[in-house]
Amino acid sequence: MANHSHAHPTHLQHHFVDSDQQFEASKMGMWVFIVNEILFFGGLFCAYIVFRAWYPELFTMAAKELSTVWGAVNTVVLIGSSLTVAMAIRSAQKNQKRGIEINLLITIALACVFLLIKYFEYTHKFHLGIFPGESLYTYEGIDHPLAHVFFSIYYMMTGIHALHIIVGIGLMIWIYIRARRNEFSSEYYTPVEITGLYWHLVDVIWIFLFPLLYLIE
Amino acid sequence: MATAEVSTQKTLKVQRFKPSDNPTNTFLTDEKGVWAWMTTVDHKKIGIMYLVSVAIFFAVGGALAILLRTELLTPAKTFIEADTYNQLFTLHGAIMVFFVLVPSIPAALGNFIMPMQLGAKDVAFPKLNLASFYIYVLGAIFTFIALAKNGLDTGWTFYTPYSTQSTSSVIWITMGVFILGFSSILTGTNFITTIHKMRAPGITWSKLPLNVWALYATSIIQVLATPVLAITVLLLTMEKWLGFGIFDPAIGGDPVLFQHFFWFYSHPAVYIMIVPGFGIISEVISTFSKKTVFGYWAIALSSLAIAFIGFLVWGHHMFTSGQSAVATTVFSFLTFLVGIPTGIKIFNWVTTLYKGSIKMDTPMLYVFIFLFLFSIGGFTGIMLGALSVNIHLHDTYYVVAHFHYVMMGGTLIALLAGLHYWWPKMTGKMYNETLAKISAVLIFVGFNVTFLPQFVMGAQGMPRRYYNYVDQFTSFHQTSTIGSYILGVGFLIILYYLMQSLFKGAKSPANPWNSRGLEWQATSPPDFHNFDHTPVIIHGPYDYHQPMEEFQLGLAVDTNGHDPESAKEIIDEERDQWKNYSLG
Repeated sequence: MANHSHAHPTHLQHHFVDSDQQFEASKMGMWVFIVNEILFFGGLFCAYIVFRAWYPELFTMAAKELSTVWGAVNTVVLIGSSLTVAMAIRSAQKNQKRGIEINLLITIALACVFLLIKYFEYTHKFHLGIFPGESLYTYEGIDHPLAHVFFSIYYMMTGIHALHIIVGIGLMIWIYIRARRNEFSSEYYTPVEITGLYWHLVDVIWIFLFPLLYLIE
Repeated sequence: MATAEVSTQKTLKVQRFKPSDNPTNTFLTDEKGVWAWMTTVDHKKIGIMYLVSVAIFFAVGGALAILLRTELLTPAKTFIEADTYNQLFTLHGAIMVFFVLVPSIPAALGNFIMPMQLGAKDVAFPKLNLASFYIYVLGAIFTFIALAKNGLDTGWTFYTPYSTQSTSSVIWITMGVFILGFSSILTGTNFITTIHKMRAPGITWSKLPLNVWALYATSIIQVLATPVLAITVLLLTMEKWLGFGIFDPAIGGDPVLFQHFFWFYSHPAVYIMIVPGFGIISEVISTFSKKTVFGYWAIALSSLAIAFIGFLVWGHHMFTSGQSAVATTVFSFLTFLVGIPTGIKIFNWVTTLYKGSIKMDTPMLYVFIFLFLFSIGGFTGIMLGALSVNIHLHDTYYVVAHFHYVMMGGTLIALLAGLHYWWPKMTGKMYNETLAKISAVLIFVGFNVTFLPQFVMGAQGMPRRYYNYVDQFTSFHQTSTIGSYILGVGFLIILYYLMQSLFKGAKSPANPWNSRGLEWQATSPPDFHNFDHTPVIIHGPYDYHQPMEEFQLGLAVDTNGHDPESAKEIIDEERDQWKNYSLG
């Protein structure tokens, strides 16, 4: 706090006393938001648990339709992107502006790779007739009357997760532009830090989704 | 972080700032015009915009209630069709719950008052706060689209399988509720962060006003419960749109699972509605008794206890839904537990009154109405939580009467107490005290005439939500309808004198009630930045045994807190010095 006794830094919003308070508040806000997100996905995990407890054989049969290899590749891709976003934060703390930009670009690229793989997974299933919901589902390959329920849960969980990836890409493009404008330094890198926090959450949720959906056969 | 630890470690130089009774610059004179209001990030203006929206929705929901009660004047059809009746009670419930009760106290009064009680210039995320308001508006637009299309006839609970089969506009409303949920979530997130990080120097957790404690507990419930509602209505939308097969038994789902999901949010939501009301009661009861709140920590922590236990009782809505007997027994027991922290609050409030110098102004009148009505609502809730009694009373008018005693007799009366208490602060105008007292009495009488008969006919077997009824209930229904008209007149009088006060009301001084609360040490209406100094707090918010001038301190530096290390003396050592300052 002592080093801010000169004129206000430009990033400081008027309603905060100093940069430390602004940083702490932003970070805490993101943590509370992460709690929200966990509860939001928690509802889906709860639906998953209930239906898996009722129809364990449905889950083992239906999971065979999912590609373990591509799921594993996507897991590696996402964990890698978590590493690079953490490196972007580290670069900001060490005042390495080029490092922020490069690491953000790698993170964005990895996120796009994840979405691309997800796109091929989805289109492959649509091709087979595996759609969400009883009215659209036409696939005959799974001998269970409730096969559509598994895929409803699958599409809902991975779909909302993919939506979070898209939002994350948008956020990272936005902070990449701001990094290009030299807005971040070791003095102020709050947006980089909280976007990184958000990205780790998206990663952690996938780490739960992958074994629960792909690795149960 | 010049926030919490100040009074024990850092040194601050303070001086007295007596609030002016004739402020020239207020938040109403800054940023004038419609566009400035619509784009403002000022928590006070956003609070007022919420208040106006909530009032409009309350008028709509109230008008629907009057129509419903008029239809129930006679056992058969009175003047509207059965299908219309179904839509009216659904909309009455959905509007009152989602658009009035949930945002009323936290988003309207809380937004205005809470940052001032913390001595902050604004909430932690002002833009997010404005975004919450527009998300609320967007949710409202979806609801109106549903209204214009096919209406809604499922009841506000959207139980499957009826909601997936109904031809009314279920998807529009569930998407509206989904959007609305984010407004609530973001407000909760904002408030939690604000309470943690934005407190003025000297406001430790033990000096936090009880209103802030209540909003803190509310925000925790909002953050933990609302996301589950969001995912539930999203799944329901998908169920209806694509046939997901999770909730609808015809395609492999389970309707009881929907009820679990729904009530996991919607029971805690009851506490989202009532707990902020508790905060208002604590503030008003102390101000008008001129006395320290009895059992500060008991009241503060019981809010958190209610928030916690409130998450474990959702199953008591499903005693007759085919839930297992063991679960039912456990839920019944846990439901009784909620009575304990609530009872702690009631006893502490009543003890606060003991030997206080009680002044029966309108806000205090509403506090007494609250204590009476909410106690009835609470006790009947305990009765409904008892298994054998519940089997008999389930889905009868007894339940309707119970939750109206809690929601209207509790939350809405607390809202009225808060509205009358903070009206001079918000507008700078005094309302007509005589008319206010008359309408308070009308509302008290009208409320009891409306809902007491419903307990009796419910116990005698009158089911809720029915369009027709057997002749034996006629006199109860007619009494109830007359009561609802009295209530309506009471609310119209409130609307009249509040509007009148805006134009012709006497000017309010900064602190008309002589409260020790920090929000009353700003001008009425407050400055654009709430205070033109950084307030410094050395006493608890209810320390009426301390002189008023010790509640009017602020940092003596005029850089508004950006330079705290220039301070020289420790507060406690300095007390003698500023005690000698001129009190004129």
